[in-house]
Amino acid sequence: MTRALAYWLFRYRRTWQGTVVVSVANPLLFLLAIGAGLGSLVRGDVEGVPYLEFFAPGMLAAAAFQNAFIDAGFGVASARGRERVYQTAVATPLSPGEVMGGHLLFVGLRVFVGALAFVAVMAGFGLFSSSGTAVAVLLAATLTGIAPAAVVAAWAVTVTDFPRLNTVFRFVVMPMYLFSGTFFSVEQLPAALQTIMYALPLWHGADLCRSLALGTATPGTTLLHVAYLGVMAVAGVLIGRVTFRKVLYV
Amino acid sequence: MALIEAEGLEKRYPGTDFTAVAGIGFRVERGEAFGFLGPNGAGKSSTMRMLACVSQPSGGSLRILGDDPVVHGRALRARLGVVPQDDALDLQLTVRENLIVYGLYFGLSLKHMRAKSAELLEFAQLADKAGERVEHLSGGMRRRLTIARSLVNDPEILLLDEPTTGLDPQARHILWDRLFRLKSAGVTLILTTHYMDEAEQLCDRLVIMDKGLIADEGTPRELIDRHVTREVVELRFPPGEQEQAAEKLGGDVEVLPDRLLCYADDGDAALARVTEAGLRPLTALVRRATLEDVFLRLTGRSLTD
Ligand SMILES: Nc1ncnc2c1ncn2[C@@H]1O[C@H](COP(=O)(O)OP(=O)(O)OP(=O)(O)O)[C@@H](O)[C@H]1O
Ligand SMILES: [Mg+2]
Repeated sequence: MTRALAYWLFRYRRTWQGTVVVSVANPLLFLLAIGAGLGSLVRGDVEGVPYLEFFAPGMLAAAAFQNAFIDAGFGVASARGRERVYQTAVATPLSPGEVMGGHLLFVGLRVFVGALAFVAVMAGFGLFSSSGTAVAVLLAATLTGIAPAAVVAAWAVTVTDFPRLNTVFRFVVMPMYLFSGTFFSVEQLPAALQTIMYALPLWHGADLCRSLALGTATPGTTLLHVAYLGVMAVAGVLIGRVTFRKVLYV
Repeated sequence: MALIEAEGLEKRYPGTDFTAVAGIGFRVERGEAFGFLGPNGAGKSSTMRMLACVSQPSGGSLRILGDDPVVHGRALRARLGVVPQDDALDLQLTVRENLIVYGLYFGLSLKHMRAKSAELLEFAQLADKAGERVEHLSGGMRRRLTIARSLVNDPEILLLDEPTTGLDPQARHILWDRLFRLKSAGVTLILTTHYMDEAEQLCDRLVIMDKGLIADEGTPRELIDRHVTREVVELRFPPGEQEQAAEKLGGDVEVLPDRLLCYADDGDAALARVTEAGLRPLTALVRRATLEDVFLRLTGRSLTD
């Protein structure tokens, strides 16, 4: 698995500076905009805290989720398709499972680096009460990305036409991104929609990040969120072992 | 023990009832250069992918280095070198990085691969391109890099799927030279090609494949002796006069859309008979018989259509 990861690190060597700059600039702009301007439009507090404090961990979770979909979805589909990265790798002793594992580790690393940059910016805004809180939120955001990444990779390796990825991005990922309690509380949604959002991964990720950041987390809900995301990650890996093998050993 | 033994080997792809490889048998001995010669869609790549242990046979038996590739695929792949039909090089990485990363896949160390890649680039005549992105390489250079890449693990068997398709004559000759060297160094070569001259140049033994089956097997010389005469006279006639001319000539004649082929042990004598028969071909050429003629004889079709 680390052998397959090495390949992605070689590629990353050439592009990491650029991606880190984007990962820092993006949250910086958003938090500045919310803190300085938009936040004051939101009257009073949301769930008892200033809007910036409510917004930042939600945005962190949403960004991790979205980046994971892009890396695992488009990244995996092109590695199997146009770039033929996987076909090259399975001609060596590596198994399809290791090839998938290596790529997922890399996606996880990218999600982690993105979240680290975001958390650092949040710390700059004084949004954490302690460094322990910051670390907990960082890990929560990483899990929020890795869990769907595994499932998305397991599916994306079977996708040969990119437009389908775009469709899913637009009609599945974007609605989740916006309505999972990321930018406003799920409780403002109609009851039926609320129930749906509670069943989806990003709500668990966003609530996990936010409750940890605000210090409102209870052991029960934290365990529930972590278990949900953990099971999703494991399920993704198990399904991926099957789909990767099927696609790469034709 | 033969390095590779196949019997009744078959391949059907999931979701199709089409049989890409329809039951073929062959043996490859250590140190040989063994070829699969056949037209598009014959099943050459399908066979090569089974030999490379990345495609499960649908029927028959296959032993590679004495083992079952389905069970021991991982260990076997460590001893094989693979040059796929499409290079599948990484365009984002440099020439050297392509080799290093591939070596890491085999569990070789970075330190080892730094030295090994320099040696392989020397062999592939790409030393001066080491730091360049693959994007900027010509087709011939990419092919040589793919061959260099397949050698990172010092394979016992090298599988080459159409090593020179799409290359200009000079690039082909450089490549052939490299393959000769590998063969002299004791590497067993298995290659596919649709080029007759390539099969004659490189292969000690070959099978002629068509529609998923082996039509015949032997050394290039044996196949030529078995199926065609020593020489061939190629005659071109104005459109419409071919059939008539063929009838008049009699003997061993093959009618193609654009020319006639007369098989004869003495080509010049055969050409003299053409003139005696009162035929006036537009062009006439006496040449030695090649595998192309063998293929034509065996399948009734030309290889390059
Ligand atoms: N992955 C696949 N799924 C379904 N059918 C396939 C697949 N790969 C090959 N085939 C079919 O199997 C047949 C044999 O293909 P193969 O690639 O083995 O031929 P080939 O001799 O290598 O031809 P070429 O000279 O064009 O490379 C073809 O009809 C092809 O369409
Ligand atoms: Mg082929």
